Amino acid sequence: MLPYIVFKLILVLVILGLTLLIATYSTYAERKIAAFMQDRLGPDRAGKFGLLQPIADAVKFFTKEDFIPAGADRVLFTLAPAIAMSTALMASVVIPFGNSLILNGMEFPLQVANLNIGVLYISGVVSIGVYGIMLGGWASNNKYSLLGSIRAASQMISYEIGMGIAMVAIIMMSGSMSLHDIVQQQAGPIWKWNIFVQPLGFIIFCTCAFAECNRTPFDLPECEQELVGGYHTEYSSMKLGLFLFAEYVNMFVSSALMSAMYFGGYNIPWIEHLNLPHNVETALGSAFFFIKIFFFIAFFMFIRWTIPRFRYDQLMHLGWRILMPLAIVNMLLTGIILLLIQ
Amino acid sequence: MRLTNRYKVVSDKKMTFAEKLYLPAIATGLGITIRHFFKQKVTISYPEVKREYAPVFRGRHVLKRDENGAERCTACGLCALACPAEAITMLAAERKRGEEQLYREEKYAEKYEINMLRCIFCGLCEEACPKEAIFLTDTHVTAEFHRDDFIYGKKQLVEPVDNRIDVSKRGKPSGRL
Repeated sequence: MLPYIVFKLILVLVILGLTLLIATYSTYAERKIAAFMQDRLGPDRAGKFGLLQPIADAVKFFTKEDFIPAGADRVLFTLAPAIAMSTALMASVVIPFGNSLILNGMEFPLQVANLNIGVLYISGVVSIGVYGIMLGGWASNNKYSLLGSIRAASQMISYEIGMGIAMVAIIMMSGSMSLHDIVQQQAGPIWKWNIFVQPLGFIIFCTCAFAECNRTPFDLPECEQELVGGYHTEYSSMKLGLFLFAEYVNMFVSSALMSAMYFGGYNIPWIEHLNLPHNVETALGSAFFFIKIFFFIAFFMFIRWTIPRFRYDQLMHLGWRILMPLAIVNMLLTGIILLLIQ
Repeated sequence: MRLTNRYKVVSDKKMTFAEKLYLPAIATGLGITIRHFFKQKVTISYPEVKREYAPVFRGRHVLKRDENGAERCTACGLCALACPAEAITMLAAERKRGEEQLYREEKYAEKYEINMLRCIFCGLCEEACPKEAIFLTDTHVTAEFHRDDFIYGKKQLVEPVDNRIDVSKRGKPSGRL
């Protein structure tokens, strides 16, 4: 039992560190990608190719004045970025980062918690995340912040439905809510990946994931042209940093979720024919999983610098009148096909 | 008259199904951004790489000395007259006996000031000068903390004897020779 607990503790630390590291360098990657797409060079002064830029940013965030506006609710104002950040981090608990390692005859799964309701847990935690934004906007005592947070709340609620129903189709196929099981069922040849079975579901899920992360084209809660900075208008110093950072952690988690649920997770197609040792296969699988995650993070960024923002009525139209009916049709089709196969 | 051949007729016609899907348009957009991603960057990394100035660049002024090291300026005031920004002021003085090494002509500028905040670097002073005394170089007027410091006197303007400033580098635009 003891080695098991020690392993879990190490795993928690490693995953926390990795999540934070990837989120940190996502900020760098975002700036670089944005610059390259606009025919610029981007940050290249701090360190080689500007690789130390995130550290410089962090130092700046910590040394800036921490300001709480008059009339703001001090407790909620301080609590909000903490909620946003911690809920963003909590979601990575159920993501299977690899199969399992066998050490001294004991099997250690590379997943912090193999919850049997993993998918449900994720959608629950993600919807708590909106409380951070809502409380932050409300506690700021600023109309722009309030408008931003109201937008965030209604956007989250609208897109969670489409996302949830798209996930239901996956759950119907796998018969399990555990992410571990969902990934395991995609092992083998590449056409076992859910993207080939549920292409429509993936498009719905992907769109909703963009909306849930408040990324362009759905970044209405913080759109600069209308709302100054949206829900974080009044925030400064590391409180602002936590809000911005939470967005990148959310992006990492949604990328991990997309690759786990639709792109086979840590499964490398046809790898079982190579007869590799179990641990090597796990390590390769984890590396493959991270490559997929990086691909999706890059995809998030490419989309951000490609598509302009939706208007608010267009956003609601897309969420309620296109994505939700499509998701229901997708779910019904999945159900009918499953019945016919049986 | 058509200014470019990239014009597009705007209309409010009903969108086709493919257009309503958005996804093909998103793919096209991604194609454009990815193409730009691999394009040659236009940024010049300034302190390491310096961009070449145009050959006709006109920077801060210099009052030249002749080959013996005597100041060429004779304080005729033609530059001040030509100056559209009225940036140049000067005070003339008569050369004393024994100052032949210092001043080329019998009259010289005791005080010669250019207000660099007024100057528009048009180069008309240079054109007006009959003695080839004032030239605009390829260097900059540097930043200062006080407005007074922008009024350059002879100390800043006259070229040092031991460190002559080459003004032949600056090309002349065609049609002005």
